[in-house]
Amino acid sequence: MTADDRETTAQATPSEPSRSPLMDAVLERLGSLVLEHHNFRGDDRIHVAREHLVEVAQALRDSPELAFDMLLDVTAVDYLGQADEFETKLEVWDRNRAVMRRQPQRRHELVLPPRGSHPRYAVVYHLTSTTRSHRLRIKCRVPEDDPTIASVTSIWPGANWLERETFDLYGIRFTGHPDLRRIYLYDEFEGHPLRKDYGKWDEQPIQAYVGPGAKEPRRPH
Amino acid sequence: MLDPEQKNPAARTEGNRARRGDGFDDLHTQPMRLQFGPSHPSTHGTVKIVLDLEGEQIIDADVQVGYLHRGFEKECETGYYYQNIPYTDRLNYSSPILNNVGYCMAVEKLFGIVTPPRCDYIRVIGGELSRIADHMLAIGASSMELAAFTPMLYMIEGRELILDLTDALCGARVTTNFIRIGGVSADLPENFKGFATARLDQVLKLVEDTHKLLTDNPIFRRRMEGTGHLPAKDLVAWGVTGPLLRAGGVPYDVRRVHPYLVYGDLDFDVPVGEHSDNFDRYLVRMEEIRQSRRLIVQCLDKIPDGPVDSDDMRVRWPGKRRVYTRMEELIDQFKLVTVGAYAPAGEVYHAVEAANGELGFYLVSDGTGKPWKCRCRSPSFSNISPMREMIVGGQLADVVPTFGMINMIGGECDR
Repeated sequence: MTADDRETTAQATPSEPSRSPLMDAVLERLGSLVLEHHNFRGDDRIHVAREHLVEVAQALRDSPELAFDMLLDVTAVDYLGQADEFETKLEVWDRNRAVMRRQPQRRHELVLPPRGSHPRYAVVYHLTSTTRSHRLRIKCRVPEDDPTIASVTSIWPGANWLERETFDLYGIRFTGHPDLRRIYLYDEFEGHPLRKDYGKWDEQPIQAYVGPGAKEPRRPH
Repeated sequence: MLDPEQKNPAARTEGNRARRGDGFDDLHTQPMRLQFGPSHPSTHGTVKIVLDLEGEQIIDADVQVGYLHRGFEKECETGYYYQNIPYTDRLNYSSPILNNVGYCMAVEKLFGIVTPPRCDYIRVIGGELSRIADHMLAIGASSMELAAFTPMLYMIEGRELILDLTDALCGARVTTNFIRIGGVSADLPENFKGFATARLDQVLKLVEDTHKLLTDNPIFRRRMEGTGHLPAKDLVAWGVTGPLLRAGGVPYDVRRVHPYLVYGDLDFDVPVGEHSDNFDRYLVRMEEIRQSRRLIVQCLDKIPDGPVDSDDMRVRWPGKRRVYTRMEELIDQFKLVTVGAYAPAGEVYHAVEAANGELGFYLVSDGTGKPWKCRCRSPSFSNISPMREMIVGGQLADVVPTFGMINMIGGECDR
């Protein structure tokens, strides 16, 4: 295998194919609420502004030809230091030192990259329809200084735990959520571990036991 | 120090009697808070349910998960794509091959790799074996919690037979690490067809014996029928998938709705229930074991000859023989180990039908060898989230069969 072949393989990313019938229907229903739409490897994805999320979700669930009755997943992506969408690397076999050192081991080793003009987080929703059997992904960008977005628990009650998890791990606050508290970690946990500025080996302070029969806390080691 | 009468107003003391102004005959109850788990035998050690009880009736519940949270997604962001396959074994540890398949297919979708047909058949065989093992464990453990111990022994024996087959496939019983990106780690062993057919016949005999023991057992039926009910509309709205959703009458099976691998060419039925209660969930699982066996037998008959690994040079490992004799392959191997295979930038979601429902992986690639984000959409997490709705209003004793039939696997739910 020669070097030329390698570059061809690396560049063989699919170009944007023509719009799928689902995307046509979504665009017809939502119109200008869709900021952008993409299709990568057959996955349909729309971007909406976070102010319009509930309106979009309502329309997607209630319109009979779309009928997105099931919310599969809610999660977030932290685009810390990314100016824009990711690009495929053409120099595939170059050792990229930034990648090697991308994950800081401790927080004090972390050098925060310059912030881009784009909002830092994206909240991602995966929808499917049990009657129409199609899937759609919604992305909403959420800025770093105000990480809030409207909750969709009123539309899909299954968003309850998924939004709690996203709040727990990313610190994104869902306004209108009935019971927004941590789900995996304990309440005293400092920070949100899936953020990119949380080091993998970061340590948490030891919590003293409070409650009946609590003794003097041990000397911290 | 509280007065014992204030502590327990139902205590049969003179003061309480005077305060209530009645005899000792009527039993006053007050709401009681019960901590169910996390070390209760039927919670499998990984979940805590805070129950508010009025007598035996549940008036409120708070299901608390997270006891097995290990940071799967954080860990995946620090490893190359191929290094994360063993972590997926530990998601649903009772059906590990299905998790391997789900993760590797998501990565292949990101890379745009097409796997050879023999590899697809082997993946179906491995995955369906895992599905049988998972369902057997769910039914066996659930019946043991309802005080039927013999089915548990039968199911564990059957699961051992399945694990022997898994052992023959990949050399490991539980932490399989069987599937590779673009292929599988090994071809089928010699005489696997005869071995597997004989073992599956034994397993099906055990399943039929269990069926005779449980399905018409009056105690089992009274504990299971009508408990844990949730209407199909609510199940869909809560994002419940898998046997729970199909027991409610919704024929949503990823293998049928979005066929992947070779499921489109195989003949199998999607069993659906009617009442959306625990008994239907049990019946759906029993029928899925039979359908999985059907799938495996078809695959063993139809499996074509050919390679089991994709020839895509971005992810294919050259093999030791070539590495030791040729320079280019040595460099390839070295680069694959040290910087990983660079993926195209983009994001994909790929879902497979795991034993508990739709297992999806959402990968965001920044164009390097490590995923920028690796999200696992786990069926257990979505399935247990409406558990409060299932048990509130019912009896305390209904918690155990409901939890057993939800079959929450801690490793998958908490990740």
